[in-house]
Amino acid sequence: MATVPIAVERAGPGWGPRTLLRRLRSGDEIAHLATLCFAASVILITTWLVYVLWVNSALPRHKFGLHFFLTSVWDPIFDQFGALPFIYGTLVTSAVALLLAVPAGLGAAIFLAELAPQRISDALTFVIDLLAAVPSVIYGLLGIFTVVPLLRKYVQPFLHSTLGFLPFFQGPHYGVGFLAAGVLLAVMVMPFIISVSREVLLAVPVDQREAALALGATRWEATWKVIVPYARIGILGSVFLALARALGETMAVTMVIGNNPRISASLFAPGYTIAAIIANEFTEATGDLYLQALIELGLVLFLLTFILNGLARLLILLTTQRGTAQE
Amino acid sequence: MNYRLMWRKAVNGVMLGLTGVCALLAVSVLFFILGYLVWHGGKALNWDFFTKLPKPVGEEGGGMANAIVGSAKLLLLASLIGVPIGFFGGVYLAEFGGRTFAFLVRYTTDLLNGVPSIVIGIFAYSIVVLPFKHFSTLAGGVALGIMMIPITLRSTENFLLLVPRSLHEAAMALGASKWKTIATVVIPAAYRGVLTAILLALARVAGESAPLLFTAFSNRFWSRGWDQPTASLPVMIFTYAIAPYEDWHRQAWAAGLVLLGLVLLTNLAARLVMSRGMSARRS
Amino acid sequence: MIIVKRLAMLALLLGLGSAAQAQGDPMLVNGAGATFPYPIYSKWFDEYHKLHPNIQINYQSIGSGGGIRQLLAGTVDFGASDGPMSDEQLGQAKVKVLHFPTVLGADVPTYNIPGVTQELKFTPDALAGIFLGKITKWNDPAITAPNAGVKLPADDIVVVHRSDGSGTSYIWTDYLSKVSEEWKTKVGKGTSVNWPVGLGGKGNEGVAGLVKQTPNSIGYVELIYAIQNNLPYGQVRNSSGAFIKADLASVTAAAAGTAKSMPDDFRVSITDPVGKTAYPIASFTWLLVPEKISDGAKKKAIVDFVRWMLKDGQKFAEPLAYAQIPKEVVEKEMKAIDRIQ
Repeated sequence: MATVPIAVERAGPGWGPRTLLRRLRSGDEIAHLATLCFAASVILITTWLVYVLWVNSALPRHKFGLHFFLTSVWDPIFDQFGALPFIYGTLVTSAVALLLAVPAGLGAAIFLAELAPQRISDALTFVIDLLAAVPSVIYGLLGIFTVVPLLRKYVQPFLHSTLGFLPFFQGPHYGVGFLAAGVLLAVMVMPFIISVSREVLLAVPVDQREAALALGATRWEATWKVIVPYARIGILGSVFLALARALGETMAVTMVIGNNPRISASLFAPGYTIAAIIANEFTEATGDLYLQALIELGLVLFLLTFILNGLARLLILLTTQRGTAQE
Repeated sequence: MNYRLMWRKAVNGVMLGLTGVCALLAVSVLFFILGYLVWHGGKALNWDFFTKLPKPVGEEGGGMANAIVGSAKLLLLASLIGVPIGFFGGVYLAEFGGRTFAFLVRYTTDLLNGVPSIVIGIFAYSIVVLPFKHFSTLAGGVALGIMMIPITLRSTENFLLLVPRSLHEAAMALGASKWKTIATVVIPAAYRGVLTAILLALARVAGESAPLLFTAFSNRFWSRGWDQPTASLPVMIFTYAIAPYEDWHRQAWAAGLVLLGLVLLTNLAARLVMSRGMSARRS
Repeated sequence: MIIVKRLAMLALLLGLGSAAQAQGDPMLVNGAGATFPYPIYSKWFDEYHKLHPNIQINYQSIGSGGGIRQLLAGTVDFGASDGPMSDEQLGQAKVKVLHFPTVLGADVPTYNIPGVTQELKFTPDALAGIFLGKITKWNDPAITAPNAGVKLPADDIVVVHRSDGSGTSYIWTDYLSKVSEEWKTKVGKGTSVNWPVGLGGKGNEGVAGLVKQTPNSIGYVELIYAIQNNLPYGQVRNSSGAFIKADLASVTAAAAGTAKSMPDDFRVSITDPVGKTAYPIASFTWLLVPEKISDGAKKKAIVDFVRWMLKDGQKFAEPLAYAQIPKEVVEKEMKAIDRIQ
């Protein structure tokens, strides 16, 4: 509210009577300025958002400093707040998601870009785009009532009996936990990997493949050894994009993660993610320090996705431009 | 054929087959979700669901009429915030944008697009709920509106850029000023594309529940005006799904079906608008 | 362009519509907090709305911690909690906050063990051990000893607790702190504590949901949630050494001792009481009302509701398995209502 007069003052010099008249001569300047204001408001909103997060997390930043990221006790009674279990949970669930979604997504993208006839490819891509539009809370709903019981009854006992010697597959079978969240996230981010990877693969110049085929490579060899490596940076970009989505995903994860701030090696164990604890505890954090610790977690999440999105876009830009540059 | 070649052919076949399986898997997920929701939600859907208010806890029956209207109001508010900023911002980038500032706007927009919805919720809580001392439809609308901006903005820009330069030049040659050209020639030409973008943005925020948890909150009754808490479909699904009551689960399925139906139909409508009007492909 | 115009028109219409409605509008009072009494509260607010169609009380069960927080932040008109506010929290409040006990309820240990239909008996040590993560199997001697004749499996115990700030947790941890020295020093009592083991569920609804879905699990919920969902719940040994099942009589008995010595601010804990027939994990649950309410109409609505709740409302308690407030306490509360300005 107080910023309005300041903004007018700053704009002052450009609004002298003579320049104003000249500018108004054509409506262009008005249109320019008006749309500029709208465009600038995007920057304003984003800056404001960062500002709000920053200012409202001052208490824990001063009290805990970097310790916030290194301690694992989340104890509202004794006012001890450590972010480690949430960062760990966020990273582990996202890693499980990528481990499952990247091979499957890349495979599907190769099929759509290289093998399927144009019309089938377009139709399937459309369906996959629709999949990307399914709301998070619906994934959560299905997660609770189908994925979790399936994991508990079949998948976890199976993993336990076959790979139980690994620390990742030990402990009681709760159903809910890191694995459930990871599986849901995998399904949720797969459409992004598929559609971006497909675009990137389609942008690979045709002569690359033709050259490989001419040298006697099978279709798979041409794809796997020439086209995919050519597009690898862009594919990596799609993975980062998916990762950024997985990190910030809230509702579906909150519904199946088990809500327990603990670090355990086992994927069967319940955990917690940054987004999930904010969703669960934000309305009820009773102390200021508690509330601000949650906001600081929000800031951490913001920074994580900020870095990943930036990287992803850069990588995708690099490959698609290289591809189209030769057209 | 020698052994080596046979091996290579076999790998070729198997791997290509596997990619097909992957694609099939991805596609079948959608049909699984749809089928499951139709199966469970269809049984639970009835007239009460659309016309009645929720019952007290543990009592059977009731519906989600208030949540459906609540969601509609939230989306309306969101469009009032998201569409103008996104649309005119997009016009700026496509038609007036300089180099540095336009880059900055583009970059920030993409950044805003990547911000997790729950963080937007914190923001809306801090700037609307706390000052007004109310959970409100307004706060929820602001949160969803902010989420709509980046999608609308970047797509508007893309679609405006797809309008052939020759149209511009023709209009300018006839003596129209730049803004007149934009308003009467460019925007009408890109109209369908922009409409698509807005529909897609709406469909995306319609399913958001995370930013509504502590902005729009929830309400057992009708929410009147804009400064009262309101129920919304996604939040109701969340609350009902994690609860133990069978009847609530039933209604959560029904709500899930309605929500998914709306979202998918909006997506389909968007494609239809698109394919009828423009032959140009989205970038 | 057309869309923008249409949207604007629509908004205008809706806006006008709601403005016009606002004239003879029912008043909306917003409250939030405990899930422990949510079944009875939502019944009350529903009944009250039928009696007074112009008053709507919107109560959202976000947990006691949430009720306290949102009351302090001023985003709701009243809060509700099953753990009384601490002195520190009361100190933070800009206006004085009054506590009004509404009903009595009980935390019950509820479980889902495939093949076990009998009512289990729990000693305080067994409960503390399970929730501390020291007792990990259902066939641990600490559990089997009082349950002769029940065949308990050798499976891992899945502990379910609340993930949100909860008065139900407050009562549970308050009780465990009284019966277990280790719990008191390691974990303590509060609306949200640092749980040593287990899965977190959101709200009493969430815990009941998790227990219902997870085999070999144990959690704690308000009695009515176990009854409504057909979940078995166990007896708990009280301070006199008797195993008691939570019901109206045993919960009322738990409050009998404190009824006459109720402090003026009504903040009192009745867990682990003396009395042979008293259920040990019971509690009052409170409405949190600011002492000063600036909006006159809202103040009247809240005051009227509290009066109705203490008189006519009490009869709705027993069908939902909550015990009525003792008469002495009701009288005291009626006087305290006058302090709302």
